[in-house]
Amino acid sequence: MTVRRMPISGLLALLVTCSLFTSKVSASQILEIKNQQFSPMKLTLPQNKKVKITLKNNDNLPAEFESTDLSREILVPGHSQVSIYVGPLDPGNYKFFNDFNQAATGLITVPSSAGAN
Amino acid sequence: MFATAIILFREVLEASLVIAIILGASRSVPGRIRWVSGGIALGVAGAALVAIFADRINSAFSGSGQALFNAIILLAAVTMLGWHNVWMSTHGKKMTTDIKNLGEKIQRGSEPPVALLVISFVAVMREGSEAVLFLWAIAAGGAHHIPMISGGLLGIAAGALSGFFLYRGLLRIPVKHFFTVTNFFILLLAAGLAAQAAGFLNQAGLVPSLGNEVWDTSRLLNQTSIAGQLLHILVGYTARPMGIQILFYLSTMLILLLLMRLARLSRKKA
Repeated sequence: MTVRRMPISGLLALLVTCSLFTSKVSASQILEIKNQQFSPMKLTLPQNKKVKITLKNNDNLPAEFESTDLSREILVPGHSQVSIYVGPLDPGNYKFFNDFNQAATGLITVPSSAGAN
Repeated sequence: MFATAIILFREVLEASLVIAIILGASRSVPGRIRWVSGGIALGVAGAALVAIFADRINSAFSGSGQALFNAIILLAAVTMLGWHNVWMSTHGKKMTTDIKNLGEKIQRGSEPPVALLVISFVAVMREGSEAVLFLWAIAAGGAHHIPMISGGLLGIAAGALSGFFLYRGLLRIPVKHFFTVTNFFILLLAAGLAAQAAGFLNQAGLVPSLGNEVWDTSRLLNQTSIAGQLLHILVGYTARPMGIQILFYLSTMLILLLLMRLARLSRKKA
């Protein structure tokens, strides 16, 4: 049965091709976790731009940045940092939380700007 | 203690339900318990390794290492589940009769039970690494964290128990419809995991989102609620899906259905 031989190389080629069409990162932001809280708790991001968010976890406990609104789910061990890419986003509010401590929440706001395409 | 129990419960739940479904679906494969247990044991070891190297995985591929890793693991699970289903389409009929005559020696099928091993391995490794990391951080905190650790263990037990109940429920399905139902379960499971993989590939910047939010049903059924999470695991429910996730979901389903149909036809010819 040929099903067994997953065309991995073909899949990778497809991914690479796709990546050429995804937009370049054009802004970056820093988000931190301190004492089981996000700081800042509200991030404002530009419309229709891909943004890199650097998340630093300053606590001992690991955290999992999760946003069902953005389909993002990233584990951040204690005292380390990760990069989270979001967007291009439409104007609106996007909630995120720490999946390991759901009391810790934050909000990403994308204001609508007439100037952006 | 309770908070830790819930966190660990949710981490374990996905792996536990996946294993319950494949254990049910492979009920006539000889030695399946051994293969699945082996997969779980390897998964726990793998989870510990992933937890130890979490920092290095994170920083790989300019910060998208973790998303890529998750996507690859999920796609591996999708491939194995698909393989299992296609194989079952050619042998399911015969196995149904085999179950009916339990006294008879079940003929050894040609499905290398390796698929069972790989599925349980990746299911446990992915979610398990988070559980290990979490428990490890608590344990490193010292003796006053003992209630938290026992809470965590309680959560793990509860997650495993849920899988057990699902497994028992599956076994109650009449033999006649058994493999049709489990194949359908696996089809939805595989499609849902493919959609999750699409989310991680987009997270890594490898595929476009094709629309960030094709629909929003988070008010109707929040994905973080218990019902929402169960549906997320079992059928891939996503409250605010990206276009690429829907594309992955539907194409996985379509491809698998097509392959299953082809396999069935080729059996008839043979």
